[in-house]
Amino acid sequence: MTDTAIAVSGLRKTFGDKVVLDGIDLEVPAGTIFSLLGPNGAGKTTTVNLLTTLMKADGGTARVAGHDITAEAKKVRSAIGVTGQFAAVDELLTGQENLQLMVDLSSGVTDGKRVVAELLERFDLVESAKKSASTYSGGMRRKLDLAMTLVGNPRIIFLDEPTTGLDPRSRRTMWSIVRDLVADGVTIFLTTQYLDEADQLADRIAVLDQGRLVAQGTPGELKRLIPGTHVRLRFTTPAELGLATRIFPGSTPDDEALALRVPSDGGTKSLRAVLDRLDEHTLAAEEFSVHTPDLDDVFLALTGHHTEAAL
Amino acid sequence: MSTKSPSIVMLRRNFKHLVRNPTSVFNAVLMPVVMMLMFVYVFGDAFSVGVDYIDYATPGLMLLAVCYGLGATATAVNSDMTKGIISRFKVMDVSRGAVLTGHVVASVLTNLVAITALIGVAFLLGFAPSASLLDWLGVLGIVVLLGFAAGWLTVALGLAAKSPETAGIASVPLVMLPFFSSAIVPAEKMGPGLREFAQYQPFTPIIETLRGLLNGAPATGDVLPALGWSAGIALVGYLWASSTFKKRA
Repeated sequence: MTDTAIAVSGLRKTFGDKVVLDGIDLEVPAGTIFSLLGPNGAGKTTTVNLLTTLMKADGGTARVAGHDITAEAKKVRSAIGVTGQFAAVDELLTGQENLQLMVDLSSGVTDGKRVVAELLERFDLVESAKKSASTYSGGMRRKLDLAMTLVGNPRIIFLDEPTTGLDPRSRRTMWSIVRDLVADGVTIFLTTQYLDEADQLADRIAVLDQGRLVAQGTPGELKRLIPGTHVRLRFTTPAELGLATRIFPGSTPDDEALALRVPSDGGTKSLRAVLDRLDEHTLAAEEFSVHTPDLDDVFLALTGHHTEAAL
Repeated sequence: MSTKSPSIVMLRRNFKHLVRNPTSVFNAVLMPVVMMLMFVYVFGDAFSVGVDYIDYATPGLMLLAVCYGLGATATAVNSDMTKGIISRFKVMDVSRGAVLTGHVVASVLTNLVAITALIGVAFLLGFAPSASLLDWLGVLGIVVLLGFAAGWLTVALGLAAKSPETAGIASVPLVMLPFFSSAIVPAEKMGPGLREFAQYQPFTPIIETLRGLLNGAPATGDVLPALGWSAGIALVGYLWASSTFKKRA
């Protein structure tokens, strides 16, 4: 085996006449976090389903842990762990029983009791271990779900939107768990619709839009492609917008929204400068807001359309 | 630990579900008993079927009891599917046989509990079968066979449905079908069209077989179609469930 955990080439999937994945290529080095970033409907879950052998690809090839996903599906399955988009825990069983169920179903787990106890400890679930999973909060369910995935000690883990719907604190807990996993040498394939999540965790990010990869690179490389922090000013008339465009060099007008995007670092000094300049020309903006780039900006920059278009 | 058979593990999981979610078992048991009380006390005297109505209706209600249990099975299978639990088992390489058989066996167990309760109530209401021990074993055999057949079909419905709600609704025709058979009244008494349907639909020979066994005189003309239908339904259900299991992620 090489140092490549996942290698994908020209992967395609269609449902009826709808093309969901239109030939994607990517490579994930072992022991790193790779993030597939994209809005709902971009094809993230389909990619995960194909790579985890849950669905059959219509074209292209992919190797996971050195095994072909079609010809050697069984070997792929024994090397991976998957935590899907919805916490797949058995709600009528307790946390402990859920983990024990995974132990019973995994071949090769020798000391099941110890594995269960350790996972409960590691994911801070000891107190609720004997309670039914239906009483767990969203964050606890995700933790239990991930703990269940770890029972077989997989070397490659797929996490499909692991923090969607979680409160900020649970999100941070999940992030630190993911970081710990990679520190142990595990490879993580993570999908997310949050730019900050990919930024925080990933060594490499690929941006997926309508079944195509529109960009790939380190978080730093990707951020260079997208506009930085800026101030957005909205006016009431095109004339005001025209004047404002002339007095702020380097700004970009949006004629439809009567809005102007002015580059700024977001600090008070540069904000005051913008306001002073407006006063000098006795211009008043209807609305004033500071923007840090988000997924929508990435998409606008990379594809020329907003994320909504992919829905 | 690693020596545990996946089928036993899955079966134990489904069994725990039954014990911890008594409402669905309770429904499966209670509804047929309520139907029995209603038909025997409210309508019974209005139907002239030639014998004591309780003796006529009990075999039909046994079949109804099997069908009432199916809604819960369909919902349970579907919730495993839509919540990603089946995907999890698939990635762990648990065989589809183990995952699905657990549900079918749990469904048959619910059926047996419901039918035992139903027969108990029937005896309290004056049910007087003339079946020998061998006939009773035949009754048990038919009930289990029917339970397996209907169970596989329901598991397939549950796998194919979009949501637990639609899975519940998809099993309604199976609950309605006994009414258009000889379960409640003899087929000869129904209107044209419906009569033919009732005579030839699968449940009628199964009910007539149960009726024959409980009277101590099963007719081959009923038993063979009953076995044939059950085997056919089981096969269709099994094949449909297997292919849906393979396709859906």
